[in-house]
Amino acid sequence: MNKCQAATRLMSLKRDRPLTLGERAALRLHLAMCGACRRCDRQFEMLHRAGQHFTPGDSDDSSEP
Amino acid sequence: MNQSQPHVTDDETLRQRLEAVRPRLVSFALLHLRDRCQAEDAVQDALLTAMEKTASFQGHSGYETWVFGILKYKILDAMRAQKKNGQWQPLEDESDDDAIDRMFQQNGHWSPQARPAAWGDPDLSLDNQAFWQTFDACMIGLPDNLARIFSLRELMGLSTAEICREVGIKENNCWVMLHRARLRLRSCIEKGWLNTETAS
Repeated sequence: MNKCQAATRLMSLKRDRPLTLGERAALRLHLAMCGACRRCDRQFEMLHRAGQHFTPGDSDDSSEP
Repeated sequence: MNQSQPHVTDDETLRQRLEAVRPRLVSFALLHLRDRCQAEDAVQDALLTAMEKTASFQGHSGYETWVFGILKYKILDAMRAQKKNGQWQPLEDESDDDAIDRMFQQNGHWSPQARPAAWGDPDLSLDNQAFWQTFDACMIGLPDNLARIFSLRELMGLSTAEICREVGIKENNCWVMLHRARLRLRSCIEKGWLNTETAS
């Protein structure tokens, strides 16, 4: 797999279900070669962390007011 | 966060604590329900339930966390009702999404104008108003069904299996919607937020 669009599908999917071995390998290989997709992956992670800020208590940092 | 008092016995204190957390409850409900009246109703309902059931609050989590827990059920009820009334639908089919197609070239690589840029390391604390304004605006701009499913997954923290059960959609549909929501949000936040960063 060398297509960024397909890679973003796996980046999103891995946040919702465990990837298969093949999916994981394909994603890792693509991320190793593609800086834009590595940034996308980090930004998906940031969206996840942002989502946790809306509820008290269950986020892993203490930046609640 | 004032979560350290495990026992809430005094009615007046209780009322004050609920009033204090109310704006956050409303914004949380609004992101899921996308209708201010319905969000206010869900919060009102949750606050009443919290008042009635305070005696059953065990104190092993924070009081506010407990109230948010009550609100989650009210939101899910309201969201099911909205779906039943036709206020939103899951993806009818998984046909192309133009906004996302524009992000990629025919060969599957990023379009030059859509290539993710570095965000630096944005401070996600609630003090960073520029970030949260952008985040909110981008959530509002998402198509209804994508925003709802994204909120259930990333704000409420339900698994996709739970989302399927709660709102009656297929899991595959859910994964497709989450992928689209994340790509759109990423792109929108990058445009909005990097611009405010360079402007300031």
